[in-house]
Amino acid sequence: MSGLARTAETAAAKAAAGARSARRRREAFAAYLFIAPDVIGLLMFVGLPMCLALGMAFFEVDGFGGYRFVGIDNFAKMTDDAMLWRSVGVTFAYVGGFVPLSFAVSLGLALLVREPFPGVGFVRMAFFLPNVISLVVAGVLWQFLLVDRRGAVPVLFRSIGLGNVSWLGDPRLALATLILISVWFLVGYQMLIFLAALKDIPQEYYDAAHIDGASTWQQFQYVTWPMLRPTSFFVAINSTVSAVTGLQAFDLVYVLTRGGPANSTSTLVFYIYQQAFTYNHYGYAAAMTAMVVGFLAMTTGLLFAATRGGRFDTATR
Amino acid sequence: MIRRRARRAGARALVAYALATLTVLPLLWLFVTVLKPADEMFRASLPSRVTFGNLSYVLTEMPLPRYLLNSALVSLVVTAFALLFHSMAAYALARLRFPGRNMIFSAILSTLLVSLPAILVPLFVVARELNMLDSYAGLIVPSIFNAFGIFLLRQYYLDFPRELEEAAELDGCGYLRLYWSIILPLSRPMLASLGVLFFLANWNAFLWPLTITRDPDLRVIQLGIAGLQGQYSSSWNYVLAASLIAAIPTMIVFFLGQKWLIESMKTTGLK
Repeated sequence: MSGLARTAETAAAKAAAGARSARRRREAFAAYLFIAPDVIGLLMFVGLPMCLALGMAFFEVDGFGGYRFVGIDNFAKMTDDAMLWRSVGVTFAYVGGFVPLSFAVSLGLALLVREPFPGVGFVRMAFFLPNVISLVVAGVLWQFLLVDRRGAVPVLFRSIGLGNVSWLGDPRLALATLILISVWFLVGYQMLIFLAALKDIPQEYYDAAHIDGASTWQQFQYVTWPMLRPTSFFVAINSTVSAVTGLQAFDLVYVLTRGGPANSTSTLVFYIYQQAFTYNHYGYAAAMTAMVVGFLAMTTGLLFAATRGGRFDTATR
Repeated sequence: MIRRRARRAGARALVAYALATLTVLPLLWLFVTVLKPADEMFRASLPSRVTFGNLSYVLTEMPLPRYLLNSALVSLVVTAFALLFHSMAAYALARLRFPGRNMIFSAILSTLLVSLPAILVPLFVVARELNMLDSYAGLIVPSIFNAFGIFLLRQYYLDFPRELEEAAELDGCGYLRLYWSIILPLSRPMLASLGVLFFLANWNAFLWPLTITRDPDLRVIQLGIAGLQGQYSSSWNYVLAASLIAAIPTMIVFFLGQKWLIESMKTTGLK
C-alpha cells in the first residue's frame, strides 16, 4: 500500500471519528436540555427541601423568616417533648394496625377476584372506587356516617344490641376507626398490585400442584405465597411509608379528628404540621422533619438493596 | 368434581358481590343523602321526595363554583406540564446516551418515596423565598415534579425498538422532531393513564393548598369542603352536597380512564 493511500485512509478514519464524537456531543447536549426542566424542578422542590430540613434544624425560625442559630437546641428539645413521642407512638400504632390489615385484606380480595366471573370487572372497580375520591371527601363522609347516636353506623350497632359506640369520640377507639377508614380507602390500590402479580404466576405450577393432589390451601402455601414474595415486600414497604408520611396520615386526621380526642390520633406528620403552622416553631418542625427524612432515606436504601438498585420491574414481577 | 368446582366459583362470586356492595355503600349513601330534604339526613331510608335544593344551594349561595374553577385550572395546568416535562426527561434517560445518565436516574429514583407531608415545612420555606405564597404559581409549580412519572415513562420508552432512531436518522430527523412526532404519539396510552393519575391527585390535593394559600379567591375545592365542615358543622346537607360535587368529576375521570389506568398499573406493578 502506498504512503499516500494510507494517509488518505487515516484521514477518512479521523473524519469519521470526528463526526462520531461531534454526534455524541450533540446527543449529550440534547439530552441535557430534555432533562433540564425536571431535574431543576426536582432539585428545587424535593432535593433542596430535604437538605434544608437538616440545615434549618439548627435555627430558630419565626413566622416572618427571621433566623437565629441555636445549635442543637431543637434536637435536645425533641428528646424531652412528651407530645412528640406520643405522636410517634400514635404513628407506630397506626402502622401496626394499618399495614398488616390492609395487606391481608388486599391480598384476600385479589385472590377472590383473580378468576373471572360475571361482572368481575365491576367488582374490581368497586374495590378501587374509594381511592378515586379525595381523602377530604372520604373523611367528611365517614364523619357523617359515624355521628354519635344519629349516624348510620351507630344506629346499626344499636339496632343489633351493641349499645352506643362513639367511634371518633372515644380515645380508645378513634385510632382504630382511623385505621379502618384508611383500609377502606386504600385497599383497592394494593389489591390491583397483587392482582397484577398473581397474573404473572404460570398456570403450569398450579396444574402440577393439582396433579400432586395439593389442596387449595397447600397451593397457596407452596405456589402463590413464594411467588408473590417480591410483590409482598414491595407492598409492605410502600404501605409502611405511606402510613408514616403519606397524605393519608395527615388529611384523614385533619378532617376526622384534628388529632383528638385527647391527642389519640395525632400522627407524627400532623404534629409537625401543627408545630410549624399553628405555633410557628419552624426550626423545631424542621428538626423533626430531618428525623422523618432520615427514616425515608433508610427505607429507600433498604428498598434499593433488595431490588438491586431500584429495578422494580424485575423485582415486582 | 366439576359441579363442586362450579359451585365453589359461584359462592366466590357471591362473596365478591357482597363485599363490593359493602365497599361502595358509603358512596351510594352519600349520593342518596344529598338528594334528601335537610330533616331526613339521618333517616336510613330513601328520600321521601327527591330534592336538588342542597346541590343548588351550595352552587349558588356559596362560592363553590370559584373553588371548582380553581381546582380545575390548577389540576389541568399541573397535569399538562407534568406530562410534558416527565416525558422529555424519560425520553432522554431511556433513549439518549450522555455522561452521568445512570447517576442522574438513580438520584431521581431515590426521591420516589418522598411524599409531601415528609418535606412540607422546608418546602413551604422554599416557596416563601420564591414569593409563591398565595399565588397560582405556588399552587401549581411545586406540584409538577415527581419521580414517579419519570420512572414509569422511562420504563415504557425502554421497550421501544432501536429501529425508531435508525429510521429517524435516515429521514434526517433531529432529537426534538423525533421526540415530538414519534415518541410522544407512541406513548399516548401511558400519557393517558398518567394524565388520569395526575389529574386525580391534584384535584384531590388538600395539604399543599392548605399550607400555601390564605386568600379565599385562591381556595381549591378540597379546602372549600374542609372550610364548610368547620363553619356549617350542623348543616350536613350542604357539606355533603359540596363533597358530592367534588367527587363527581373524579369518578367521571376514573370511569373514562380506568382502562388505561389499570393497564399501566399492571405493566409496572408499582402504581
